[in-house]
Amino acid sequence: MARITAGVTTSHVPAIGAALDRGEDKSDYWAPLFAGYEWSKKWIAEERPDVVVLIYNDHATAFSLECIPTFAIGCADEFAIADEGFGARPVPTVIGHPELACHMAQSLILDEFDMTVMNQMEVDHGLTVPMSLMFGRVESWPVRVVPIAVNVVQYPPPTGERCFKLGQAIRRAVHSFDEDLNVHVWGTGGMSHQLQGPRAGLINQPFDHAFLENMNANPTALRAISHLEYLREAGSEGIELVMWLIMRGALSEQCNELHRFYHVPASNTAVGHLILESPLDEETT
Amino acid sequence: MVDNSEFDDIPGTTVFTAQRSHEGFHLNQFCMSLKSAANRERFKSDERTYLDEWPMTEAQKQAVLERDYNAMISLGGNIYFLAKIFATDGQSFQSAAAKMAGMSVDDYAAMMLHGGRSPDGVRSKTEDR
Repeated sequence: MARITAGVTTSHVPAIGAALDRGEDKSDYWAPLFAGYEWSKKWIAEERPDVVVLIYNDHATAFSLECIPTFAIGCADEFAIADEGFGARPVPTVIGHPELACHMAQSLILDEFDMTVMNQMEVDHGLTVPMSLMFGRVESWPVRVVPIAVNVVQYPPPTGERCFKLGQAIRRAVHSFDEDLNVHVWGTGGMSHQLQGPRAGLINQPFDHAFLENMNANPTALRAISHLEYLREAGSEGIELVMWLIMRGALSEQCNELHRFYHVPASNTAVGHLILESPLDEETT
Repeated sequence: MVDNSEFDDIPGTTVFTAQRSHEGFHLNQFCMSLKSAANRERFKSDERTYLDEWPMTEAQKQAVLERDYNAMISLGGNIYFLAKIFATDGQSFQSAAAKMAGMSVDDYAAMMLHGGRSPDGVRSKTEDR
């Protein structure tokens, strides 16, 4: 049986990928950021997940304004690295897990989550920066990936409550897959940041710290945060944090926090990172 | 009827609704075309001719030519699409953000290094908090 054993959250700032790709990760500016992931890299090398269900958002890469799916699941064999306007990142192609992804797509839709199924999809920094932060520079990624893209570009994104419930449905889907697989769920994006307009540069550290704390201590409080509150408190792009709630919904109610890291700034953004261990000894459906 | 008036209460912020997406469709699709290296080269060699291939309004085209990102946003542009323009220019996201904030790149970078822009006073116009 496939089992979800842990969840990871992390910001996915494009400048982090650029810093790594240019070999600037030891610079005074970037070294403190990458230091926050050293423990995580050692941890995941020992954990050796078979598959990561990676929740992220596309940034005008696979999805133009022609078509804006709220939730899309990648069922392809592999996912090419996109040119986002400055050339493709020099990182390996992302290898999918089509058997699990197709099973999840069917399970989720019949569980009343109307997923868009992607049989071909390029992926951008939203997916590859978290991979780089957790695995570093590699010749090939040591894990297969089921990408789940969430619209947070055009308002409204799905609500935090809806995202949490999708996470719960992902848990039911993964746990009904017959093959023995160690599965992680990652929620990416955030934390507080605003990339546009005269209010650009907004960072709300008290909001971020409370969010990090409540991911394990009180996710019910996070589910109730309205879009207007995200916009006011965490910035117009900080609303990406709804994707963390998908990850949280996919884990056990009681988790163990293994690692927490927070850093300001990475370019325009507050970086937050959590690792939650999800105990297996619990009824899953 | 959806009511988005509450967004107008947030200072310095434009929320990219379906209505704005409709208004900015061709502007943003032009930006999307800059994903291709060949298109980036064509755009750089003659911006006006390239823009004239898109059914954008004259105001949208002028805002692009002037690299006035706040104007582009007011005309339906979305920042993730507009990012293709400053990527084509070889500019960082931080330099574009500084420009939108009306700050020098150095002042903006210093603000970020000191913890970013505080939300205090820029949450709500009417409630002044």
